[in-house]
Amino acid sequence: MSAEQILNQFRATGVQTCFHGRHINPQIYADLNGSNWSLKDYEARGGYQALRKILAQDGGEGLTQDQVIATVKESALRGRGGAGFPSGLKWSFMPRQFPGQKYLVCNSDEGEPGTCKDRDILMYNPHIVIEGMAIAAYAMGISVGYNYIHGEIFEVYERFEAALEEARAAGYLGDNIMGSSYSFQLHAHHGFGAYICGEETALLESLEGKKGQPRFKPPFPASFGLYGKPTTINNTETFAAVPWIIRNGGQAYLECGKPNNGGTKIFSISGDVELPGNYEIPLGTPFSKLLELAGGVRKGRQLKAVIPGGSSAPVLPAHIMMECTMDYDSIAKAGSMLGSGAVIVMDDSRDMVESLKRLSYFYMHESCGQCTPCREGTGWLWRMVDRIDRGLGKPSDMALLDNVAENIMGRTICALGDAAAMPVRAMIKHFRHEFEAKIAAAQTPAKAA
Amino acid sequence: MSTVTPESFNEATIGRFDREVAKYPDEQRISAVMACLSIIQQEQGFVSPAAEAALAAYLRVEPIAVHEVTTFYNMYNQRPVGKFKLNVCTNLPCQLRDGQKALHHLEHKLGIAMGETTADGMFTLQQSECLGACADSPVMLVNDRHMCSFMSNEKLDQLVDGLRASEGKS
Ligand SMILES: NC(=O)C1=CN([C@@H]2O[C@H](COP(=O)(O)OP(=O)(O)OC[C@H]3O[C@@H](n4cnc5c(N)ncnc54)[C@H](O)[C@@H]3O)[C@@H](O)[C@H]2O)C=CC1
Ligand SMILES: Cc1cc2nc3c(=O)[nH]c(=O)nc-3n(C[C@H](O)[C@H](O)[C@H](O)COP(=O)(O)O)c2cc1C
Ligand code: SF4
Ligand code: FES
Repeated sequence: MSAEQILNQFRATGVQTCFHGRHINPQIYADLNGSNWSLKDYEARGGYQALRKILAQDGGEGLTQDQVIATVKESALRGRGGAGFPSGLKWSFMPRQFPGQKYLVCNSDEGEPGTCKDRDILMYNPHIVIEGMAIAAYAMGISVGYNYIHGEIFEVYERFEAALEEARAAGYLGDNIMGSSYSFQLHAHHGFGAYICGEETALLESLEGKKGQPRFKPPFPASFGLYGKPTTINNTETFAAVPWIIRNGGQAYLECGKPNNGGTKIFSISGDVELPGNYEIPLGTPFSKLLELAGGVRKGRQLKAVIPGGSSAPVLPAHIMMECTMDYDSIAKAGSMLGSGAVIVMDDSRDMVESLKRLSYFYMHESCGQCTPCREGTGWLWRMVDRIDRGLGKPSDMALLDNVAENIMGRTICALGDAAAMPVRAMIKHFRHEFEAKIAAAQTPAKAA
Repeated sequence: MSTVTPESFNEATIGRFDREVAKYPDEQRISAVMACLSIIQQEQGFVSPAAEAALAAYLRVEPIAVHEVTTFYNMYNQRPVGKFKLNVCTNLPCQLRDGQKALHHLEHKLGIAMGETTADGMFTLQQSECLGACADSPVMLVNDRHMCSFMSNEKLDQLVDGLRASEGKS
């Protein structure tokens, strides 16, 4: 066997993460099996009907740009990249009469530890993203777009490029789409290993062929984006939600979730569960139900804690988490954030100091170095957690940890600084005794001898 | 380092570059730098200063503009690595599901520590941050382009033995 053949034996099949049949009312992952990603299969599932509808190719009257944006507003779709910003509102910020070039960018740089939902969308249903982007481009009068794909998932990048070829050949992309006066060129671009490029302005710098260092906001990309032109950036899953909304209406989408939290959302569950994977469920579903779908806590152990929205989100202890429903508002009220939808489950055998140490290492490693509080602070945090974990901590470290974290927050160009600080503060808030116990053990003479 | 021109690349490689450059506006050729560097890495195993300079000439930018990109992004190899570069994710979600164990198993099996290359030049072993495949843990990326999922110790053995055999070194 060639090396290539050997490596292919270990490729993911999607059975465990996507085609397990344990979604609830799925829209994006509905009816996928791994071999039906291509254009004709997508069309058989109703694909590209939404694009036909707005362009009046289905015999109807078509939708104006304003109508498309109004429908997305009505749906209460919120950005699936983490911040939950209302998508219709973001689209309405684009200067539609702007005379020069404008750009549409899809953020598929999924790198938030715990998140692997966009990968399965792009691998097994790539056309849903292409159709969603084509609709968005139409609504905002944009003629060129890019999909920035995480460098580590190269097979997904190749799959997306193959889907682009199909869409171009079928006339869904390119000049005069389906004979209309509307044109849209879409290309794929890949990263090469820098978490920070998921931050939208770092992503733009990277697309421009530079180091991925975030820009100050404002100006937001809507006024100064790619190559300095007005640009709208949305997450992969955000675009993937759009065709369903156009086909079924904003109200129908809203009703799938709960008020202010429209639709379904894909959660990537990792850690101590029996069945890790991606689960598409309506927003507002109880966390307990989601945990049940994932087979419950592994090996019959007890739930200790959950990081509900990717590693940047504050950890929540089991008793608080079990009261939450999975939507932006409920998780925010509980003191954390829904973020990218990565649910990291930890059982009662887990050592929180050790867990935080690994996360702190990550943020130190990924800081782009522009801002002093982030560049210096993330290293300082890691060194402190590391020494506490190794039994070398001092009692004064507890206050210092909190103080350093507090002083990073709100003092940096991008949210990575906050993302490094928030987990630290949440860990010492909810699991203070574990840190104190390690520090106390370090102070006992027996240990020193 | 004598000839620093785009002609340092063969025609097929230039063809692959051209395809990338065509995605961007004419005056923004530099946008293709990441894709071109990854093509160079795939073909040559790493990105040498000479390759950077030649790519800069092709993209019509200063070599430092290319070098900044090579050094910023984690996946570019700035020096030669083994024939197979193994990147094992050990970030928290993977750590909870044996990511660290997989790395240790490979260290043991290959007789090297992470960051090192085997004496026969076959394998380089690295720890990496989230690969975006967390639910498949333990996961490992091989040569930047092949994701290997659910890598139990037995599968790691199979993979290493298989790759060795494919190179006639079992
Ligand atoms: N999916 C992933 O892999 C990761 C996701 N994240 C998430 O990213 C989030 C932070 O993202 P940011 O982009 O910093 O959040 P943000 O709140 O600055 O922006 C959210 C979106 O709304 C737009 N926006 C906000 N206010 C605006 C205004 N006044 N005018 C025009 N546009 C406006 C921004 O351009 C952006 O597209 C975190 O909550 C975290 O959960 C973080 C790391 C990785
Ligand atoms: C450090 C950092 C990393 C981020 N990584 C991603 C990412 O991988 N994917 C993503 O969609 N958004 C990511 N974001 C959020 C983006 O900046 C942006 O808010 C999002 O792409 C907007 O799309 P949405 O409105 O559809 O969510 C990141 C933010 C920060 C601060
Ligand atoms: S907060 Fe950190 S990652 Fe973000 S711009 Fe500043 S130094 Fe870079
Ligand atoms: S944490 Fe290992 S792949 Fe995401």
